[in-house]
Amino acid sequence: MSSESIALSAVDHGTRPISERLHDWVVTVDHKKLGILYIVYALVFLVIGGIEATIIRIQLIVPHNHFVSPQVFNRMMTMHGTTMIFFVVMPILFGFGTYLIPLMIGARDMAFPRLNAFSFWMTAFGGLLLYFSFIGGNGLYGAGTAPDVGWWAYAPLTSRAFSVGHSTDFWTLALLVSGVGSIGTGVNFIATILCMRCPGMTLGKMPLLAWLNLVVGGMVIFCISPLTAAQIMLSIDRYLGGHFFDTQAGGSAALWMHFFWIFGHPEVYILVVPAFAFVSEIVPIFSRKPIFGYPVMVAATIGIGFISFSVWAHHMFTVGMSSYGNSFFVFTTMAIAVPTGIKIFNWLGTMWGGKIQFKAPMLFCIGFLFQFLIAGLTGIMLGAAPFNWQLSGSYFVVAHFHYVIVGGILFAVFGAFYYWFPKMSGRMYNETLAKWHFWLFLVGFHMTFDFMHIPGLLGMPRRIYTYEPGRGWEFWNLIVTIGVLFQIAAILIFVGNLLWSLFKGDPATSDPWDAWTLEWSTTSPPPEYNFATIPVVESRRPLWDLKHPEDPDWKYE
Amino acid sequence: MPIIGSGRLEKVAAVTTGVMKPFKDNRALLRKIAGIGVLLLGFLFAAKLCIGAPANSAQIPSIFRPESTPADSIFHLSLLVLTVTGLIFLIVFSLLVYSVAKYRRRGGEDGREPPQVYGSNQVELAWTVIPILIVLVLFLATARAIHSIQDAPKPPAAIEVIAIGHQFWWEFRYPTLGVVTANEMHVPVSDPANPSPTFITLLSADTDHSFWVPRLAGKTDLIPNRVNHTWIDPHQTGLYLGQCAQYCGTQHAKMLLRVYVDSREQFDQWVQEERKPGVAGGTEEEGRRIFETTACVNCHAVSGTVANGRFGPDLTHLMSRDTIASGAAANTPEQLKLWIQNPDSIKPGSLMPAMKLDEKDLDALTAYLETLR
Repeated sequence: MSSESIALSAVDHGTRPISERLHDWVVTVDHKKLGILYIVYALVFLVIGGIEATIIRIQLIVPHNHFVSPQVFNRMMTMHGTTMIFFVVMPILFGFGTYLIPLMIGARDMAFPRLNAFSFWMTAFGGLLLYFSFIGGNGLYGAGTAPDVGWWAYAPLTSRAFSVGHSTDFWTLALLVSGVGSIGTGVNFIATILCMRCPGMTLGKMPLLAWLNLVVGGMVIFCISPLTAAQIMLSIDRYLGGHFFDTQAGGSAALWMHFFWIFGHPEVYILVVPAFAFVSEIVPIFSRKPIFGYPVMVAATIGIGFISFSVWAHHMFTVGMSSYGNSFFVFTTMAIAVPTGIKIFNWLGTMWGGKIQFKAPMLFCIGFLFQFLIAGLTGIMLGAAPFNWQLSGSYFVVAHFHYVIVGGILFAVFGAFYYWFPKMSGRMYNETLAKWHFWLFLVGFHMTFDFMHIPGLLGMPRRIYTYEPGRGWEFWNLIVTIGVLFQIAAILIFVGNLLWSLFKGDPATSDPWDAWTLEWSTTSPPPEYNFATIPVVESRRPLWDLKHPEDPDWKYE
Repeated sequence: MPIIGSGRLEKVAAVTTGVMKPFKDNRALLRKIAGIGVLLLGFLFAAKLCIGAPANSAQIPSIFRPESTPADSIFHLSLLVLTVTGLIFLIVFSLLVYSVAKYRRRGGEDGREPPQVYGSNQVELAWTVIPILIVLVLFLATARAIHSIQDAPKPPAAIEVIAIGHQFWWEFRYPTLGVVTANEMHVPVSDPANPSPTFITLLSADTDHSFWVPRLAGKTDLIPNRVNHTWIDPHQTGLYLGQCAQYCGTQHAKMLLRVYVDSREQFDQWVQEERKPGVAGGTEEEGRRIFETTACVNCHAVSGTVANGRFGPDLTHLMSRDTIASGAAANTPEQLKLWIQNPDSIKPGSLMPAMKLDEKDLDALTAYLETLR
């Protein structure tokens, strides 16, 4: 074990002009800077997507509301979905992966640093392209329009007959461009994890975060490709006279659905597996115990990775597949619940018998466990095809996937954010503000998304800009919208805490959580080369071995 | 005690001593959680008081009040699924709360690490096998429900309806009865002893739509270039509300759907009325002239006249319907006039053009439409 790093030469960045320092960020190929760029970029889009969500909720606060027109509402819900999936959650998770993977496997950078930079800028330009539609959707001379086809962009709404102007093209190109970036990141994760591990770190001794991101990398390559292919086919339809999805010329609407969901369902796991990775790193540290059942966790993740490619048509139970087709996808959907359940039990097993410290990262992880449990169970309800015929396309399913993405993934991301903030910034965050953030967000989340299930059960479809009074939906929609206020307050506290801590926070030591993985063996923030000497490890918890030489892990693994 | 696995995997870094005092130091946290719970409940109660119950609970299209066999089968499956998932939730949630409360780090401790446990093959095996068994049971029950609904045989007495989704309205054609109507589907009540279900063929004229009347059946999509099927056999007469459940464009929200379940006699009488051709003239000659010489006939049909458009709803028996604009407005002369002159005021983005008639022509046209009974 030789991981103590010595800062060789502390370059004083503070004395250089700001233009030069910004230039550094633009041309950087350093995985840490790119990781932070991803995260900051995603946080900006989080605020934009949040504003769109707020507009949606204000419109739905009472029936027959006239806050926005149906056209604007449909653009908002399309942009909210597209933004949050492609330009918030994916980049923030890739950002953490890019930042953490080399540090956690004892490497000095990613396998392909230039590809890494290329991937980030492709993703970034994808987001800009999407938002340029607000100006250029109808051409610069007309009023701009954002796409309004829903984030699934089901055919034939995207054909030129139903989507005039260029708004759909901006959507298509944005996903095409950012998809190229995602594939680059997937390749880079796999190459880095397989080839760049420090001496002694066999696959079985990698931190779980590396294992889980290895699986994510593989899933990205296999599931973004069909999406990219479908975007190209759609462009051929729109501009080169193709008829893949043009139903008026004999094309198939269902074909687009298959293309979209063979991407769309693995995508859910691409988003949630990195969240699992954060929880798998944070829960052990704050329970003061190693992860329970490490090999089982790895096996369950690989299982999820494979099964996730066989469940896509559970998004399509209502499109009229045969009873055998439906039954097959019920089976695979139920099957994927098993490895997911195993993961929840293993996190519980990790906490069991520990000495749990309720710091902000741990609080968010406990929130994640609770909410992801519920999201999984409503997922089983949706997986039972006949029940799905009632629930899909309703507000129940909207509540379900927000439980996954907000209650699960976003909570885990906030946990990760507080956990690694000292490492990334070199300063501690304010724990009191972080706890306010947690409790307010928890209350707001539950007010919004618990009660959002109910109008779905009462027959309220999703993606409607207004609804009829007297159907029992008013009360629930009112509460759902009020919950948003709490979430906004929580996010403001989060951003405030972030900015305040960045400049005024206490300096962080290299290892503020008394943690066990390699990133905590170098300074906070780490030097450009990460480690002065490449560490050598003998177990999954190299820093535990270092701190407990009388009782090292390698004796037991 | 922590879960102790097979000996090789287990290791104790530091022995904890002293008597465990669960919950003693956790009161603050529990109080916080309980406080938030009470606040939420109080808020709910207050909000409920402010809003009050809906005027007519029969109009709530709840999936838990089924009135037709497919919806009923789904309801029973959902009870099983809800029970199983509810039990799983209770067990796992209790374990989570227990471990959070019990294994909390307490103040004034020696600061030593807890026993380091790496896992246990037996425990892993248990929480792998038990979920597999649960999942198998759920799968079998679900597959049975799928088969019973999707592969139900069509009895000879079944009514056949072709439902065609349009942006943003419903066309209903009864091929065997010679009836064409829009937005308000009439079906006979089905006596469980002597069932007369309605089998619906689902087509789309433009984009994807979805046919969803929650109290009668789950939803099935209407997809262009594709033929889908669903069926209902309502057990009670009355009006059942639903709406398009697949985003289909600007006015997806106001593509409302009304299913009137009539007694057998009412239904037969309704069919008799609907089969008649439209009025062939009468007192409203001026209104008819306007209808037949403006753009109306490009999209609308009135059987027995020159009007034979198919883009918009068939108006032959417009006055037999309670609503216009696919349920978005009541079928009154005022609403009709508003709809003809300025459809965007009722349904912005609908494909009905504003007709821009002068006051006299509008009155005459409305008077003519009022005769389409």
